[in-house]
Amino acid sequence: MEQNATYLAYIPLLPLTGALVVGLLHVATCQGKKLPEKLYGILGCIGPILSFILAVRVFFNLKGFPAEERFLTHKLFTWFSVGDLDVSMGFLADPLSSLMLLFVTLIGSLIHIYSIGYMAEDKNFGKFFAYMNLFLGSMLILVLGDGPIVMFVGWEGVGLCSYLLISYYSEDRDNVIAGNKAFIVNRIGDLGFVLGISFLFWGIGADGFDYLSLKTNAHNLTPALGITVCLLLFVGATGKSAQIPLYVWLPDAMAGPTPVSALIHAATMVTAGVYMVARFSFIYAHVPAAGTAVAWIGILTALLSAIFAMFQKDIKKILAYSTVSQLGYMFAGVGVAAYSAGIFHVFTHAFFKALLFLGAGSVIYALHHQQDIWKMGGLKEKMPITYKTMLIGALALAGCPPFSGFFSKDEILYSALASGHFGIWIVGVVVAGMTAYYTFRMIFVVFHGKPRDRQAYDHAHESPKIMTVPLIILAVGALFAGFLNLPGIFGGDLEVSAWLAPSLVEHHPHTSWFVELLAIVISIAAFAIGFRTAYRKFGQGADEPSYAGFKQFAYRKFFVDEIYHVVIVLPYQLVGKVISYFFEPYITDGPVKALTWLYKMAGLVFKFVQVGYVRVYAIYMVIGLSLMSLLLAQSLNL
Amino acid sequence: MILNYLSLSIILFCLGILGVISRRNVFTVFMAIELMLNAANLAFVTLARLHESMDGHVLALMVMAVAAAEAALALAVVILLHKHKGKLDTNVFSLLKG
Repeated sequence: MEQNATYLAYIPLLPLTGALVVGLLHVATCQGKKLPEKLYGILGCIGPILSFILAVRVFFNLKGFPAEERFLTHKLFTWFSVGDLDVSMGFLADPLSSLMLLFVTLIGSLIHIYSIGYMAEDKNFGKFFAYMNLFLGSMLILVLGDGPIVMFVGWEGVGLCSYLLISYYSEDRDNVIAGNKAFIVNRIGDLGFVLGISFLFWGIGADGFDYLSLKTNAHNLTPALGITVCLLLFVGATGKSAQIPLYVWLPDAMAGPTPVSALIHAATMVTAGVYMVARFSFIYAHVPAAGTAVAWIGILTALLSAIFAMFQKDIKKILAYSTVSQLGYMFAGVGVAAYSAGIFHVFTHAFFKALLFLGAGSVIYALHHQQDIWKMGGLKEKMPITYKTMLIGALALAGCPPFSGFFSKDEILYSALASGHFGIWIVGVVVAGMTAYYTFRMIFVVFHGKPRDRQAYDHAHESPKIMTVPLIILAVGALFAGFLNLPGIFGGDLEVSAWLAPSLVEHHPHTSWFVELLAIVISIAAFAIGFRTAYRKFGQGADEPSYAGFKQFAYRKFFVDEIYHVVIVLPYQLVGKVISYFFEPYITDGPVKALTWLYKMAGLVFKFVQVGYVRVYAIYMVIGLSLMSLLLAQSLNL
Repeated sequence: MILNYLSLSIILFCLGILGVISRRNVFTVFMAIELMLNAANLAFVTLARLHESMDGHVLALMVMAVAAAEAALALAVVILLHKHKGKLDTNVFSLLKG
């Protein structure tokens, strides 16, 4: 039973309106007198907060229905209709999208509020809030869209905003290059996504191209087409959600302001790929082979980026690689058909990673844009709130019970083990240990020990309330979000999974409590080993180690960027050069040039007719008229 | 009888063409054009008599009016040409040469 709900349309429209208003105000005032910055901030926050209120309303509205009837739809207008393809701008709120809505709008609102403090000294305050609102609106379209096409609109919208905000400090050329890189790498992924959607339409799109119709027709998809669609859609996900081989843009994306990193490149946009796979669970569930590929790519990405994260020295780069690593976990989860576990990790990760990024932003703000962890140290006393909240975030990320990350990560690892993907489970456990290690390496180096840069330390101070209050709220989320989905062994009954069940096609594997306990004990052991190693090396204050051999190799990220440059970018540029120096001048321009040459030659011949004397033109006229008269006479048979 | 008038008209017209083609003085060319117009007038009038209709007479009068107007304009143009180059030789004005 579908219910119509007009207010669904307002959820993305409110931030979009905010973007329009703030953007126009910014454009109108960028020449003359500036408006007070607070005004932009307040205008920018209204849309997200109202959207959050509506998201809560959606949640309770859905909760009022019986489990299998939890669908709210609203069709705004028919967008286009070509042949069998009938696409309307429609929105669908079901348990999956309502969960996404809740945390996207909540975390979006908190980060908007935080930004008022963080961006206080910025010249283009209005531009920043306009872009952030535009992003949030696009993200909500992505989440709420009732079919692949509408989702794609949001998908591209968030990509655009990501590009705009990465290159936000556009005075610096490196930032612009980072923005371009993110955009171009995403284009490669989007090609796969578009092809995937096209194949999906080709296969089963004729009877309506929205999720609900596709879901009922999913069994008509042939196996070959099914695996093609799954893999192509996953190519799109590797771009947007930074998986092997397209993960390279995300660490560079840290060039943007820190709230952007927290909102777009940690909590929301990069999880769009996971959301997409879960959304298409009705196809992925039929193609276990594609799921296994997704899971393996995910877990290998997790491993690779965890290795990179262990050796970075830029605080935001550490968090960026940790995000890539956690996204890998999520794909491992949805890959082994534990869609609710993957989405639950998206949910908890949004809290603790946004918290860690905002905390890092607070540190960077206090130290006047210092991002090198080896120039920090001992900030524990100077910034108590930031320290405590970041510690909660770090414990959640590292998977320490009872913090949220522990439950969600454990659910994924347990699902991998229970569904028989033993290799994925082993790698996952190793990565869990590495996660604990690099997280606490960062915490210990930044907050513990003695200050490494005395001058910066003396000037450091706790951030203003407008920044610390969002941190505290997120810390509460990072601490307690895990209890929403307690597994049976801890006395819960997977409430979030049960909530998501109507949207997803998944089967919970049933194993003995022994397997479940084994998974939990080994996860805790991995955390303990990672934590202990980090504590022994950095707990008492350590000097910057000199990187050599493998460490240097890992610090330089296995030279993947350089390899891509040589293998892909350079040949591409070479082809471009060949085309511009050989193909275009000779092959495509050749015929055109020959034609112009022909006209020139004809002109040279005919110019002798044009002598310029009036008398001669009179002769031409007489000759012409005589010939015409002659012809006329002949045709009239005179 | 009619044939004689028409022959005269044709001869006058050909003389006009020859004048336009062969003479280089602007005034002579102009006179030759007038000659052609009058040759046409003669033909109009002749044929009007032949068909016993007034159309040809009307047209002849019309041509005379146009020729008068044209003469006024053309003489002004000739004066300007003379001011411009100081000569009335048509060979001097060959700006259209390719």
